[in-house]
Amino acid sequence: MEPLLHLDHVSKSFGGQCVLKDICLSIQPGEFVAIVGYSGTGKTTLINLIAGLIAPDSGTILLNGKPVRGPGPDRGIVFQNYSLLPWMTVFENVMLAVDQVFPGWSPAKKAEQVEKYLGMVKLAPARDKRPGELSGGMRQRVSVARALSTEPGILLLDEPLGALDALTRATLQEEILSIWERDKRTVLLITNDTDEGILLADRIIPLSMGPGATLGPEVPVPLARPRDRKSVNHDPGFKEIRSRVLNYLLDQGALQKTRLSLKLRLPDILPEDLNSPRVSRRHPLRRGEERRETVEVG
Amino acid sequence: MSSYLELSKLTKVYPTPKGPAVIVKDFDLKIANGEFITLIGHSGCGKSTVLSMVAGLNSVSAGGIFLVGKEVTGPGPDRGVVFQSPCLLPWMTAYENVKMGVDQVFYTASHVERREIAEYYLSIVGLSDALRKYPSELSQGMRQRVGIARAFALSPKMLLLDEPFGMLDSLTRIELQQVLVDLSRRDRKTSLMVTHDVDEAIFLADRVVMMTDGPAAEVGDILEIPFEHPRDRKELLANPEYYALREYLITFLEERSHIRPSRLTVEDEGKILRMPEPSALDEAIGQ
Repeated sequence: MEPLLHLDHVSKSFGGQCVLKDICLSIQPGEFVAIVGYSGTGKTTLINLIAGLIAPDSGTILLNGKPVRGPGPDRGIVFQNYSLLPWMTVFENVMLAVDQVFPGWSPAKKAEQVEKYLGMVKLAPARDKRPGELSGGMRQRVSVARALSTEPGILLLDEPLGALDALTRATLQEEILSIWERDKRTVLLITNDTDEGILLADRIIPLSMGPGATLGPEVPVPLARPRDRKSVNHDPGFKEIRSRVLNYLLDQGALQKTRLSLKLRLPDILPEDLNSPRVSRRHPLRRGEERRETVEVG
Repeated sequence: MSSYLELSKLTKVYPTPKGPAVIVKDFDLKIANGEFITLIGHSGCGKSTVLSMVAGLNSVSAGGIFLVGKEVTGPGPDRGVVFQSPCLLPWMTAYENVKMGVDQVFYTASHVERREIAEYYLSIVGLSDALRKYPSELSQGMRQRVGIARAFALSPKMLLLDEPFGMLDSLTRIELQQVLVDLSRRDRKTSLMVTHDVDEAIFLADRVVMMTDGPAAEVGDILEIPFEHPRDRKELLANPEYYALREYLITFLEERSHIRPSRLTVEDEGKILRMPEPSALDEAIGQ
């Protein structure tokens, strides 16, 4: 089957610093792929390249067999910072996207489309609120509704849940999954949370440490769906996938550390009690001998 | 064994226009010397309220806090606090931020000794190259390293950590957890840490204290983490018992955090969702 999205040896540098190098990635229609990596390694650059917001220095990006030349409604993006227009209501924010992508539709049909996706993310009661009146989780739902409402061929999620607390994140993860299962949309998720990747994706690909980050060995996630974040803990498959991805990332992190040896001296003295009057002693109390040690620091 | 830190019937009530709001109710906990405790619970359940009362930054409505036999009545350098955002002074370098507190509590020490203390802790947390940098020149993770160094440098009796890694991404969080492990390998401090990250709670703690949802939050359950210190993350990830503990905590957070043990009646007993026993799970895994 022809891949929906195909990246062939894509590289990108900024100001002479190579950020991404030789990225090769194929995503089949209907697939949910997660890319996991440290912050600052070029994850967002990768999404921006696929979105057409920036152009690669070398290599090709094919969407449905055609090269990507710029942004377009065939790719829906959900950003970490929501990127909603603050002076517009929830409804208007989504309507803006629908208006742009389906200019020929009747106003009634457009409104129906907006309502449908607001309902899907369970935001129908908040349709007339402005982003400032919404919590982080609700704002991100608007952003998801907006991305879905244009019916894109692929959904690009750029750390969509990174700014949310653990509980809201779990709820939204489940919602993203249920939407994906209902809609069978192709999804590319960028995240720094390995567990999120395992819970959601069909495949996880770790991104190596930059500069010149590239995709590491991909790990298929054959766990049965629906996946439950509690019971996966006694699934040997889950543990194996989790340690493979985490170990790769931990090794990458360790590679980056420059080992240097420092001679440090820690005087073994006791702090003074600041609640009692200042003592006129000229020397601090000592526990014993001074400690001398050589430490290796990253 | 006498406890190092004792929280006895700790209660926090805030007055509101609608009458008093009980945030934390009858919170009992005893911590031994050198023990690392993580407090886990949902956002807003009152975890940070408990911690700020121990820090002396928040007044106690009822009950008491005793640190090494002395009642805690206000903030002091005997408790090192690491906040969620590092709260560094922006006009001071990393070194100066740490040195400021050191100058206070080691005022009888020589200038050289004070410098050595500040440099020692900043180097251990991996900032030996960034001593002269200002907070604005440091990444979020590096700033939090300064915050950790600042707390340790005071040689406090205990450490209080209020979701110190909550604002960091999950991989940076792993690095900083390692920093804490490295520091405690040299000097095992009694610590109380608030978190909502299950992996973090297990990796660092001797005991995980689970808090019920607020209002009127209390201790829901306590889980002993049996792994030896110092812990190696890779070994832990390969250990089936780790996942049994992890499942236990996730199950608590998802299903049971709203059940208050102290207010259960006999008929309620049957309604409690059965929690997996870590040992029983172990057998199921075939260990």
